[in-house]
Amino acid sequence: MSISILGGRLIDPANNIDGQLDLHIQGESIVAVGEAPQGFVAQQTIDASGQIIIPGLVDIAASLREPGYTAKGTLETETLAAAKGGITTLVCTPDTDPVIDTPADIEFIHRMARKLQQARVLTAAALTQNLEGKQLSSVAALKAAGCVALSNARKPLANTLVERRALEYAATFDMTVFLRPEDRHLHAGGCVHEGVVATRLGLPGIPSAAETVAVARDLALAEHTGARVHFRALSTGGSARMLRDAQAAKLPVSGDVSAHQLHLTEMDIEGFDARCHVSPPLRTLADRDALRQAVADGTIAAICSDHQPHDPDAKDRPFPETEPGISGLETLLALTLRLVDEGVLSLQEAIARVTCGPADLLGLPYGRLSAGLPADICIFDPRDHWRLDSSALLSEGHNTPFEGWEFNGCVTHTLFNGRLVFHKN
Amino acid sequence: MASRHDNNIQLNEDGGLRHFLTIEGLSRELLTQILDTAESFASLPGRPVKKVPALRGRIITNLFFENSTRTRTTFELAAKRLSADVLNFNVSTSATSKGETLLDTLRNIEAMHSEMFVVRHNQSGAAHFIAEHAAPGVSVINAGDGRHSHPTQAMLDMFTIRKHKPDFTPLRVAIVGDILHSRVARSQILALNTLGVTEVRVVGPRTLIPTDARTLGVHVYHDLEDGLRDVDVVIMLRLQHERMDGALLPSEDEYFQLYGLTNERLEVAKPDAIVMHPGPMNRGVEMDSEVADGPRSVILQQVSYGIAVRMAVMSMCMQTHKSGELQNGGQS
Repeated sequence: MSISILGGRLIDPANNIDGQLDLHIQGESIVAVGEAPQGFVAQQTIDASGQIIIPGLVDIAASLREPGYTAKGTLETETLAAAKGGITTLVCTPDTDPVIDTPADIEFIHRMARKLQQARVLTAAALTQNLEGKQLSSVAALKAAGCVALSNARKPLANTLVERRALEYAATFDMTVFLRPEDRHLHAGGCVHEGVVATRLGLPGIPSAAETVAVARDLALAEHTGARVHFRALSTGGSARMLRDAQAAKLPVSGDVSAHQLHLTEMDIEGFDARCHVSPPLRTLADRDALRQAVADGTIAAICSDHQPHDPDAKDRPFPETEPGISGLETLLALTLRLVDEGVLSLQEAIARVTCGPADLLGLPYGRLSAGLPADICIFDPRDHWRLDSSALLSEGHNTPFEGWEFNGCVTHTLFNGRLVFHKN
Repeated sequence: MASRHDNNIQLNEDGGLRHFLTIEGLSRELLTQILDTAESFASLPGRPVKKVPALRGRIITNLFFENSTRTRTTFELAAKRLSADVLNFNVSTSATSKGETLLDTLRNIEAMHSEMFVVRHNQSGAAHFIAEHAAPGVSVINAGDGRHSHPTQAMLDMFTIRKHKPDFTPLRVAIVGDILHSRVARSQILALNTLGVTEVRVVGPRTLIPTDARTLGVHVYHDLEDGLRDVDVVIMLRLQHERMDGALLPSEDEYFQLYGLTNERLEVAKPDAIVMHPGPMNRGVEMDSEVADGPRSVILQQVSYGIAVRMAVMSMCMQTHKSGELQNGGQS
């Protein structure tokens, strides 16, 4: 199959391209940006006039729930949701049941995803066996099976010696380690940010220091071991500042932020709104602004969905008993583009944070529109003004606090490996 | 969904009380109306509380997910004085331990045609949650949810204060002890500020004062004598024994040395200051017995006023949806 996408504005931050350029696809790959190669005949053309053509999005943090939690989502439902959201590459988290900590687990995910052909599903395997923070995973075997990172998922490592060894062992095999920084003692069973709203509503709080203490510790261990550490889902301004300083000191450390952290604050839990129960918790306006600043200056190179689909029962309880998380695949692009509307990022920067930014953190050859690379493409209509209706989400999880929010820019086409996997009617 | 954010799920369209979940968002007029209604129940000469037929034939359910004999008993007495039928469910020991969800429990009890739930739960927000999911004709009264709110306790405390200090506006009130974990303190602070007192103070070590406590509308004191100076009302909070294990305090002994109320310490307060405690009290931890049993203590009055205040809240909520039903009937 050969496809030409004609007449659109093409933005490819990795190659510093922004202009009216056509794109040509042969089979699974991009063959040319701009003029078609000699003799190229398009069997199909997509008229993208007035539209914006960008690389398919790369989301390095999504819980896809399979195996084990299929009432919340399956690889099929969640990759369909990804396609609708313009996402073509996902890195799934290992906190499934069983935990992804053997080559067979990785092969299961990869085989299922290849069969579905909706999106590229890569894996972050468990840093320790069964995510228990005790014994190291078989990193060499996991790497050979194709995992792209190691992760502690949402289980903080309590033992600093285990963390040190895990970082050293991962570094032996040149693997990036994803850490969710959280000091479990300071977390103390909290469910929201320890601040004015927690104080008023009497909800058990999680202090900012639960994160910053862990970031400081992890940075010290990163420096000591030389391991490549990537901080997942930062939520505080203090963490962003420490990460900026560490990068200035040339440590190989990076970080990401969940899209919702750039828009919501502790104030949004008012009225015990369990849809805003997330981990790490929504913090203050000052934290949100500091995170926005860190995204703008590149300290934080990736914006993630931190996709956590849930069945309705998970949120239908008194607030502290609800499960944290937002179904985020279908709002990742919209929330990122909203940062452009709000003057936080340029359009090019915004697109970089959800394409080449996350891809480069893991050395992945995606999130860019170069000839020879897989044809993973997202086309969106920047003039399409739409309102989010959670019941229309393709994800099995309809848990979103963005119900009724209005957005500019909606995905019209998603191509994965040269195949049209989503087309808005 | 707008109602989630303005906290008004407890009011009906006419501003009447539909549920009683928190003091937050209620007007001074409404709080005063609760106090005045309670007065009408409390002040029949010769008898402490009169029995009235207001809720005859109606079913009120005590839904307690957390044990509390004292609070449950006063709610039960209040309901019976209003001639209602009362069902008692101690859910912690029955359904939820068998895996039934809170919503399942709720639906089952609704099927028994109960029109009011009096809910106590160990999670903040549980009463809001139940009110959001309750059938249209059902009122929810919060009898304590986690650390969040215990509005009937706060209102009976306001009632007690007003008995002794008829005008709230000049009052300075000190609340002493474990503010962090106290739903009673949160509700008292809101009620006192809504009723327009001059100053609310909280007194305790930093480990027991919540982050950003000033945003609640209080002045924070760490020294008891400073905190008690010139106050009209002293409210002592119960100290849970578990607080020692959580590294919040070194010992009950040191706590009493620093924050225990004695007659000597009380001297800096106004000469006519009253002393309150929501109970149950730890003698020799929060308070010396000579204060608890002394002339300034109004602790036992608090208990007896509790019935009248709960009658007031129950009858106001039931009144509200009774009129709501009539309106609906007229429209159809």
